[in-house]
Amino acid sequence: MTPALFLFWVLAAVVVIGAVGVIVMRQPVHSALFLLLSFVGVAGLFVLASAEFLAAVQILVYAGGIMVLFLFTIMLVNVRRQATESFLHRQAAVAVLFGLVFYAIVGGLLVGEAKKLASVAADPANLATVAAAGVRVAGNSQAVGWALYREYFLPFEVASVFLLVAMIGAVVLGKRTMEKVD
Amino acid sequence: MVPLTHYLALSFLLFVLGVVGVLVRRNLLTVLMSIELMLNAVNLNLVAFSRQLGDLNGQIFTVFVIAVAAGEAAIGLAILISLYRLKGSVNLDDAAEMKG
Repeated sequence: MTPALFLFWVLAAVVVIGAVGVIVMRQPVHSALFLLLSFVGVAGLFVLASAEFLAAVQILVYAGGIMVLFLFTIMLVNVRRQATESFLHRQAAVAVLFGLVFYAIVGGLLVGEAKKLASVAADPANLATVAAAGVRVAGNSQAVGWALYREYFLPFEVASVFLLVAMIGAVVLGKRTMEKVD
Repeated sequence: MVPLTHYLALSFLLFVLGVVGVLVRRNLLTVLMSIELMLNAVNLNLVAFSRQLGDLNGQIFTVFVIAVAAGEAAIGLAILISLYRLKGSVNLDDAAEMKG
């Protein structure tokens, strides 16, 4: 087993333990901390797949931003009150069965196509070059930045408008006081 | 080098765990967390293919998916706060006005 493969299995175990923890923990704050574990594991897998810039973004945006948002919301809503009743839906058993069948189907497809998928391996060093200009840049971050601000400039600006809309929407939804029904 | 199929199997496992989380939990907070898990699975898939094909576009898409995930979390949690003000609970079964 190569060191990369060993690291992959360790990180995969971290990610899966985190994901399972999110589902099975009764208290939302425990779920949130397991989600954090899963995010960090995915960031490690990004490094392993030579996407160093995205690993940093994953930590900053997910582990830093989204996780703080979740924890603040957990503090705002009083969730401890309902700790006595069941936290699982009636359809839980059917849902788990559905998940297993779903995974078996796609897993079978993956095993069938494994050889075809393995044949299209490329040099990971390509990820540090800029395809269009043929420029050799200093690393993954610079290559991503180059592509983002040149080829994908319009989508980038649209994303910034989207984030502005999301921010205004969140403020409006959070401020508005609605009448209680029933 | 880690084979592509390892990444695909892991990312699909993560996606299924997200789907199951959405289906089994009654708390809107954990349902939103499960949606984040699914988005993470998609990101992992895009990055794995990006490395396998030596094509940077997969990583660019991932940047946009992360941006959308951030917006989705903000709006989703704002809706959750609204629901909590309206119903006094974040239990999904309590929001059943549309039930036939």
